[in-house]
Formats: sequence, C-alpha cells, structure tokens
Amino acid sequence: MELDPDDVFRDDDDDPENEALRQRASSKELVVYLVDASPKMFSTNCPSEDQKDESHFRIAISCILESLKTQIINRSYDEVAVCFFNTREKKNLQDLNSVFVFNVADREFLDRPTAKFIKELSRLEEFFVKEIGSQHGIVSGSRENSLYNALWVAQALLRKGSAKTADKRILIFTDEDDPFGNIKGGAKADMTRTTLQRVKDAQDLGISIELLPLSQLDREFNVSLFYADLIGLQGEDLAQFVPAAGERMEDMKYQLRKRMFKKRIVRKLTFSVANGVSIEVHTYAFIRPTVLGSITWLDSVTNQPIKIERSFICADTGALMQEPPKHFQTYKNQNVKFSVEELSEIKRVSTGQLRLLGFKPLSCLKDYHNLRPSTFIFPSDEEVIGSTRIFIALHRSMIRLNRFAVAFYGTSSHSQLVALVAQEEIIDSGGQVEPPGMHMICLPYSDDIRHAEELHSGTNAAIPRANEDQIKKAAALIKRIDLKDFSVYQFANPGLQRHYAILQALALEEDDLPEIKDETVPDEEGLARPGVVKAIEEFKLSVYGDKYDESDNAGHKKVSEASKKRKALADGAVQKSAQYNWDALADSGKLKDLTVVELKFYLSAHDLPVSGKKEDLVKRILTHMGK
Amino acid sequence: MHHLLPEVEKICSMIVQKKLVYSKYDEVGVVLFGTEETENELTMEVGGYEHVVVLQNIKVVDGDLVETLKKIPRGTLPGDFLDAIVVGMDMLIKKYSSTNKGKKRLCLITNGLSPIKDPYEGSKEDQVNAIAQQMTSHGMKLESVVVRESVVLDENVSVMEENDRILNLFPKRTCAKMVFVESSTSLLGALKTRSISPVTIFRGDLEISPKLKIKVWVYKKTSEEKFPTLKKYSDKAPSTDKFASHEVKVDFEYKSVEDANKVVPPEQRIKGYQYGPQVVPISADEWDAVKFKPEKSVKVLGFTDSSNIMRHHYMKDVNIFIADPGDQNAILAVSALARAMKEMHKVAILRCVWRQGQGNVVVGALTPNVSDNDHVPDSFYFNVLPFAEDVREFQFPSFSNLPASLLPDEEQQEAADNFVKMLDLAPSDKEEMLQPDFTPNPVLERFYNYLELKSKHPDAAVPPLDKTLKRITEPDPELLAKKKSAIDSLLRHFEVKQNPKLKKSMKRMREKPSGSDEEDNYRRITSKNKVDLIENGVKVEKIGDLTPVQDFELMMSRRDNPEWINRAITEMKNKIHDLIEDSIEGDNYPKALDLLVALRKGCILEQEPKQFNDFLHQLCKFCLEHDLRSFCDFLASKGITLISKTEAVDSDVTEEEARNYLVKREAKPE
Repeated sequence: MELDPDDVFRDDDDDPENEALRQRASSKELVVYLVDASPKMFSTNCPSEDQKDESHFRIAISCILESLKTQIINRSYDEVAVCFFNTREKKNLQDLNSVFVFNVADREFLDRPTAKFIKELSRLEEFFVKEIGSQHGIVSGSRENSLYNALWVAQALLRKGSAKTADKRILIFTDEDDPFGNIKGGAKADMTRTTLQRVKDAQDLGISIELLPLSQLDREFNVSLFYADLIGLQGEDLAQFVPAAGERMEDMKYQLRKRMFKKRIVRKLTFSVANGVSIEVHTYAFIRPTVLGSITWLDSVTNQPIKIERSFICADTGALMQEPPKHFQTYKNQNVKFSVEELSEIKRVSTGQLRLLGFKPLSCLKDYHNLRPSTFIFPSDEEVIGSTRIFIALHRSMIRLNRFAVAFYGTSSHSQLVALVAQEEIIDSGGQVEPPGMHMICLPYSDDIRHAEELHSGTNAAIPRANEDQIKKAAALIKRIDLKDFSVYQFANPGLQRHYAILQALALEEDDLPEIKDETVPDEEGLARPGVVKAIEEFKLSVYGDKYDESDNAGHKKVSEASKKRKALADGAVQKSAQYNWDALADSGKLKDLTVVELKFYLSAHDLPVSGKKEDLVKRILTHMGK
Repeated sequence: MHHLLPEVEKICSMIVQKKLVYSKYDEVGVVLFGTEETENELTMEVGGYEHVVVLQNIKVVDGDLVETLKKIPRGTLPGDFLDAIVVGMDMLIKKYSSTNKGKKRLCLITNGLSPIKDPYEGSKEDQVNAIAQQMTSHGMKLESVVVRESVVLDENVSVMEENDRILNLFPKRTCAKMVFVESSTSLLGALKTRSISPVTIFRGDLEISPKLKIKVWVYKKTSEEKFPTLKKYSDKAPSTDKFASHEVKVDFEYKSVEDANKVVPPEQRIKGYQYGPQVVPISADEWDAVKFKPEKSVKVLGFTDSSNIMRHHYMKDVNIFIADPGDQNAILAVSALARAMKEMHKVAILRCVWRQGQGNVVVGALTPNVSDNDHVPDSFYFNVLPFAEDVREFQFPSFSNLPASLLPDEEQQEAADNFVKMLDLAPSDKEEMLQPDFTPNPVLERFYNYLELKSKHPDAAVPPLDKTLKRITEPDPELLAKKKSAIDSLLRHFEVKQNPKLKKSMKRMREKPSGSDEEDNYRRITSKNKVDLIENGVKVEKIGDLTPVQDFELMMSRRDNPEWINRAITEMKNKIHDLIEDSIEGDNYPKALDLLVALRKGCILEQEPKQFNDFLHQLCKFCLEHDLRSFCDFLASKGITLISKTEAVDSDVTEEEARNYLVKREAKPE
C-alpha cells in the first residue's frame, strides 16, 4: 500500500496537494442541528429495529451521530453545531434561556466535526441530566420562547462564512407539533408571529430551515398546526411531508461513506475541430478510483507528524548535491545525457490541446482499447462563443451515426491518442444518471497491446471450438444467472468501507468494529436454486462429458507434480545440508569460504529465500541461526 | 518498395535501438532480397537463392547495426520472399540448431507484389509446408508485414493474390502471424519493437458456481509502455575517473517536525490516516489484524445485458482470460460461454481477488473475444468497473434545456452530420487509419531517435517530430483536402468568436508578433457575403474568415474615418500571420498568398508601401525562425516582391532590391 495509486493519473488531474486547497475554497455546508430536549422527547418511546423501545430524543441523537460519522469522511470540511432547546441549563453566545449549544474542547460552536465531538455526543446520555437537563421552555404566563431563542442562537452561529461560498442549514428535530399549544389568547398569536418573523429573517440571510418531525405511535405529527407556516409548506407538499421526512431520516442514518467531490473543472481545453476553428471544452474527472485518503507519517513515540527530507548523494564521491539538472540513459556503453528541458521538449509533440483527427464507427472501439479511467468533456461558451453549438451538433451527429471521434490530446507533459465517445443523457426517476457530453477514452498504442492469446496457439492441431449444443447450453446457463438491473453504482468497495470502519473505530475508541457487508460476493443461495443447478449440470455434461471431476483432479495432479519436484529439491538440500557442520562454520567465520551453491543447501533446507548476493546469503544464514 | 524503405529503416533501427536499451544481449541478423547482388551461404552450398544478400550475419546488437539498418541499400530486382525466408531460417538453424526454442523470430517485411519462383520440385504449397515444418521443429516464429499503400494495378493482381495465399498458408501450418498495413504510419507500428515476456496475473478457477469451475489463466492485454525512467546524472566525479558511475543516490530522511535534527528511525514510523481534522495513527500490525482479507478467487456474480455497461466505465488497462492451455475441456467451456455471450449480447460481472493477501476485491466486466483464427483460442477481455464510491455524481444541464441560441438548427445539424460522415478514418474500401494496434507512440519513438542521435552528437537539439509520426498528432492533410467541401460547409454554418467581455489577460491567446497591439482578435466565420453586405449597406468593421479579401477591400474603401485603413492593414497582417502559423504542411499557404496579394495592392493604392514592406520583412524573419522557410520559398515562386519606388513614390526600395529580396533569402540560408 506504499505505492501511490494516484500516481498513474497524476498527469491529468488530482494533484493531492491542490485537492485540499480547492476543497476548502469551494462551497461547503454549515449545519446547525436544533434538537428539542423537552421532557416529552424523553418520555415517548418508539419501537426501534432491535425491538427495544427508544425515546425520540435518542432517535434524534443517533441520527445525528450517524450523519456526522458519514460526514467526517465524506465532507470533513463542512461545519456543524449541535444545539438543544428546552433545556434547564443554558450555554450560548447570547446567553438566552433554555438553549444549550453542545461542544467539546478545542472547537468552536460551529466547526468541523472531530472524533472527540462525535464521541462525546455518543456519550451524551451519561451526563445529559446532570449538565444540561430537560425543561419546557415555553410556559404559559412567562414570555420565554425557547423555540424563538433556539432559532436566534442558530442564526447567530451561522453568521460565519458568506452566503455565497457556504450552504447554510438549520435542521429541527422535534415531536411537538404545536409548540404554543398550551398558551392561550393573544400571547400565543404574539409568540407565533415573532417566531415566524425570526424564521423569515434567517431565510432572508440565505439560511434554509428544515424540519425532521418525530411522530408518536398513536398520533401522527400534524405539520399544519404550526410548522407548515414555519417551513413554508403548502398544498400537496403538506400531505407528502411527513412520510418524506421519515425517509430522509433513514437516509441520514444509512448513507454510504464516500468521499464527496465538488464538481470542478480539471482542465479547460481548446478543441480544434478543423482548419483553425477551435472551440472551448471543459474536462471533468467523473470516474476515478477512490483512494484511502492521504497518509501522514507519524513518529510512533510522540505521534507527531514527520517531515520527509530528500537529499541527493553522488554515488561516486559521496558528496551531497543539489537536485541534478541532468538525467542519463546508458546506451551503447556510454551515458547519454539529457537536460530537463530536452526531456520536456521530447514530450511536447503537439501544440494544440485536443485535436480532432476524424471519426470511426463505434465497432472500431474494441473492449481492449483502454488504459485508464475516462474523462468527461462538456462544452463552454465562457471564452469562445459558439462552442456549445458546434459541440452539440457533433454530439448529435455522432450518436445518430454511431461514430466516435479520434483525437490527439496533447499537453506539455503528456499526450495520448484518444477516442471521444458521445454519451446521450440518461434520466431515471432519481434524476440524471448519465449527463450528456463526451467521454474521452485513452487509446493504447501498438506497443501497449500484448498478444497473450497467441502465446499458446498450437502449432499443428487446431484449437477446439464449442459446438452448437455446447453454445446452446451455455446460453441457457447465462439466461439462468442473469443480473437484470445491474448498474456499476450498486457495489460499495468492501475494502474501502472496511477501512473507514476501522478508522472510525480507532478514532472514536469504539470496542467493536461495525459489521461491513461485502456486497460483491455471489448470491450462493440463488445459485443453488434447482433451475440454476440444472442448467449448470447440463452445461457441464455437454462440455466436459462425465469427466468434469476428473479434469478437476487433473489440475490438482499437475500442481502436485510441480510441488513434488520442489519437494524433491528441498529434500536433496536437507540431505546435503546435513553434511556440513554449520554451527562450527559460522562460529569460525568460514561461511564465506563456502560456494554459493553450498550456502543455498542450508537456505533451501530451512525454507529460506535463496536470492541475493553471497553476502546476503551469509547474513541470512547467520540471522537464521541467531548469531 | 523503394519509397517505403525509409519507413522500413526506421522501424528496423527502432527495434535494434530498443534492444540496446532493454535487451542488450539479443542477437539480430539482416537479410535483403530483390538485390542486384547475391551473397548468402545457401547459394554457395546448394545454388539458387539469387538476389538475396545477407547484409548482416546474426550478431549481438550494437551501434553499427543501427547504422547499417539506417542505410539499407536499394535493390533493383523483384524479390522472392520465400527464398529470403529460407535464407533467414538457414542462418538461425546454423547458429542455434534446435536450442533457444521459442526465442527465434523471423520478421518478413514485403509488399508481396513480386512473383515467387516455382520450386524445382513439388508445388509452392509443398515448399511452404516443408518450411513451416522446419520452423515448427526448431521453435521459430514468423511475423510477416505486408505493406500496400495504394490499390494494386491490374497486371499485378494475380501475383498479389497468389502471394497472399502463400503467405496465408504459414499461420495455418506453423507459429506465424501476418498483418497487412496500408500506410507508413501503421508500418511503424506493425512490429513489436520491444518484447516483453508475458506473465500470468492469475492461474486458477473461473468460478461460475461452486459446482462449475473453469480453469483459466489471466494475462494483461494492454499495459502502457511508459517513458523510460532516466537516472540522475552526477558530474562530481573527476573527469579522469573512467569507471565513475555518475549515478546519484536519493536518500530519504524522516525527521521530527519539531526538532529538525532528530532523525526518526524507519521502525519508529507509523502511518496516520486523516479522520476529520485529526490524524489517526494505525500501525502496520494493527492494520493487518483487522483489514479486509478476501480469499483468492475469481467468481462470476452473474450475466447482464452489455447495454448495462457503459464504455466509459472501464477503469484500467485490460486483462485477458484464456482457458488453461493444457485443459481441452476448459478451452471448450470458455469457447461455449464466449460464443453464447456474444450471440446474446451479454457480459459477465466478476469479482476477482487475483492474489492471496490482496487488500481489496476488483469488480469488472468480462466480455467475449471470439477468435477467427483456428489456432487462437476464444477468450475473454476483462475490464475493471468502478465501485459506487468511485463515481462522482456531477450534474450537467440537458442539451435540450439549453436556450435555442446555443443549439444547432437543422441546417447546421446537417452540416455536422455530413462532416462526421466525411471525415471518416475507417472507410470501407481502405484500411482503418490510426488503428491502435498499428499506431506507434510518437513520444517514445521521438525519445529513442533522439537517444540515438545524442549518442553520436551529444549537443544535438531535439529534432522536430518525424513526418510519419505527425500523422498521429495532426489531422491527415490528404483527408482534409479530399473532404474540403464538408469541412467548408461546417465552417460556413457555425460561427465561433472569442468572448469580447473577457479581459485580455484571461484569454489564452497565441503569441502575437510584435507590433500588433490590436485588441480585437475576432476569428469570425460568417455566411454573409459581399453582395448582401453592400445591399444592406452594412459597413464592414472586421475582416472575416470567409471573404477576407472583400472585407479588406471594403474596409480600405471606407471614407468615414482615415483610421479604417490602418485598422484594415493591421487586421490583414494578423490574419496572414495566423494562417501561416496554423498551416499544416502548407495547406494555408495559397490562402495566405491571396491575402498578401490583396494587402500589397491595397498598400499601393493607399500609398502605404512601408507598411507592406516592413511586414514582409517581419514575416520572412518569423518564418525563418519558426521553421517555416517553405513559405518564403512559396512566396518567391509566386513572384511576390517588396513594393518598389516605381509602384509607390513613398517607398525607399529600388525596383531591383524589391525583385531580389526573396530570391536572395533563398540563395543564402541563414
């Protein structure tokens, strides 16, 4: 894992150093969770998944926790605050009653989530009663309005950051559908009015306010009593709201841990179409292998980061030197030197950035014409007016005529022959599945293509081919094991999910690892269905006759032959090795007087690697003997 | 064949050059056929084999061999490729007898248009059979590259067909391969210039169900040949030290951030992973204990319609699945599945763990590769697909929702359709151009050529890209010329211009020649012609791409402001400059000439000879500096001269000077 898997793609995008900078600069989300902590939230119980009753408060907290755990991986630059209202104690900048902003040390009220924050929040119940306490904040007779206070506090927290670069949201968790229900007369109207006004003020500042209502078993949350006005629901949306909110809460809990990337332009390209006419296109990295975040080396004693220093040492004189300006290649027994400029001049074979060469039918694009992930191209009229129009016209023609474009993509550091495949927009109920545009696919050169299939081409006998019956049986089998709606979006990467889970467990000092389901294992149950088994057996009979098991064994036999040989060698070594008095040789320092072949007797007899120079072998033997 | 020999020289010397870098102990010999002379051992031993010359006996590759191959002598007679194959085979047998099986390779390069002689006894087929048998028993491979650039003329057709038939016999009888190429570019890519011994990345079961396992071997099908990593050069060693390695060792030291003098030993280092703002240290042991450890296996998850897999989802280089060559039933099973999948347009979705201990699984699509060669088994291609985490959900506007001003109208669409149809790289009657299998990597070709050049002339500058290789990086001028009407129609229908609102600094403009401070850089293609310009009384303010000469004349004739003349001249200069700079193989020269003639005329009319003369000086200088000499020569050949005193009184150039200006340049290259 020391290898940097990003390295392959470095030339055209994803410079890890810039990545962090860009993410910080690009728009982020600021969220304040407002959680109702009134006694009612604790008293109502709902049956949870594991059949135990859970209070509404607990549901709200666990929902926030899950969402935070996802967020810290997906978008760790987003900032959050958790704020309770209807509390006994108060803690907020304005010193308002009944509002408590939850926080941990070394962190502002609204800040990036940290492991400690998540951990403390998960331990909330242990100290909630003592330190925060639950108490109705809206009591008839007093002029206190905890909901109003909470919104005010939240709005004040969200003052941070400009509305342009950040998405600001307030999420309210409550099970009280009529907060001012116990207040009568003018006071109620008054409180309703001031609260709504506060909401409106917040919205005017670009803050969106969302409600996650918690319904009771016997009575559904009635949005129309108060909150419909607060979040501005009308007509049809009103009826849809509660079920939809329930789904959202589920979504928050079961989101995939996935690093989110903001849509950003990898490169602005000039696409020369013909005779000096160029249009402007932007490229996007649409599909890229996700890697396990950046690695920082730490000193295991102090847990402080280590800095890596690189130094160049002349191999001949041992002198320390600056980064050498020249490189060389040994050729015809001489060192041919190249300066850095010369090397980059060699690589600069094309001046245009993307140059159209022509079109070919899609059937010319073979399955093996691939080297790396594709890059998405979308036109832009930002600098060159008229680009979009030409692009769309070509796009439509290419789709209609089933053709792809061949182009040469050349930048100063990297150049490649590419295929541009037009992709039509695909939309399903969930939105855009495939955006319209072109995908740029790197084509291999002749030296990149290997012909392994020709390696074993028999010299005399023709290679056997399946007959009609065998193909028919295979077709029946294929029909049986069919994945109807397969989509590449359906599998989470089990290794990556496991990594995130481990990271979370270690960071939060959780005792057990969360179970990660490997979605990529075959459906054994489905394969055991009689229909499938029958199709498999028929295929086997048709291809292997009744010799399937034998051929299976034959394979094993082959393996065992090879291992037999290896074993015989080892045995021989053991015998030969026994002829030497290794201890004495080692003690007297005479090991180096033996030949390499002799040294290898010892090594093979003890199952040690036999590679390396003589010195290495001697060293290895001594280490093995413990000397 | 002669006009192809330069390309043959290039590919053959490239093979040797790469061997000098990657496999220095390989041995190579060269045989020519169709030569005037005869020089080979067989002719002395048994007679016959005339006009076959052993240019180089088999020897370890060296610099001289590269030289030899760069100067292949031209022959005078039609060559008999069968004779040449026999001579080559004889050389291999004499040198290695039956050792080195599988490492011996014969490469035949021919146009296959010269008749081969009838054998003394038996038929040509018998002769081929005998040769093939010899090759098989000595473990030799034959690669034939047949180059046919143009359509073969009538009288040669029968010879060509006969030769093709004979060459085609080899792949049927022995380990041989034959490719046809039609262009010099694909000839450069037709032979593997570097041999890499293939290694399986997996050998084991392709598990369709626990009850059905097919023995397969997995190889790489594509793998990018990287630019070679050069060593860093140290000049510290004294020049007298002949054994100096000149290498540079790179040493990494891990130091504590707080105390720069404290070096942290490697075993004390621990990896830290980002979790929110914190870094969580995880030691390698801890990691190994808990990490995801899938079992080595390759399992089919199921089959699905090939339309469910998008081409752009392919993530990496491609693997190939071949049935275990020793297991006849496995070959049959792979063949049956591949053929059924092809018929049904299905692909298989696989979950692969190639090695035990691999930290992750790979999910990918298996697509059928049905072979049409009797000696090559059916196989599958395997492409890695992305996981849910790897796909970024970016949204883009639908094209249909864009404002009509950004969408093409019907006529424009038609022009685009026609353009896409006409600029065809795979016409039915010719070889597909730029086929990846026959396209060399221009950067690598350039590097190895430069390496060879530098080994002889250490101070040589990087030469420009070879003409044949330019066919890969730039559009084919021949194709462009042939389909000019479709291209022109496309350009007529669409208008492209720089966004004037953008600040100049933001535009990534091409370098302008000095003296051009004109802000406007319009490159307009307009369908309006001169007639309706005049009819509509529109005053021309710019020089467009379509009717530049007319635009220029109209602008010059505007009398509302004297500035127009200067402006017209400046714009015209820029236009000419752009054309020359953009031209590929001089395709824009005639157009540039028209403009230049118009400019000259205009400058005489308006009594501005200096403007033109200075410009011509400047242009010639620019051309000489930028390797565009051909344009100067072109101008000279068309009789373009400076404006002389007799033409315009203000000129300070005599008639003779004017006439001699370009001619002189030609005679005395700088």
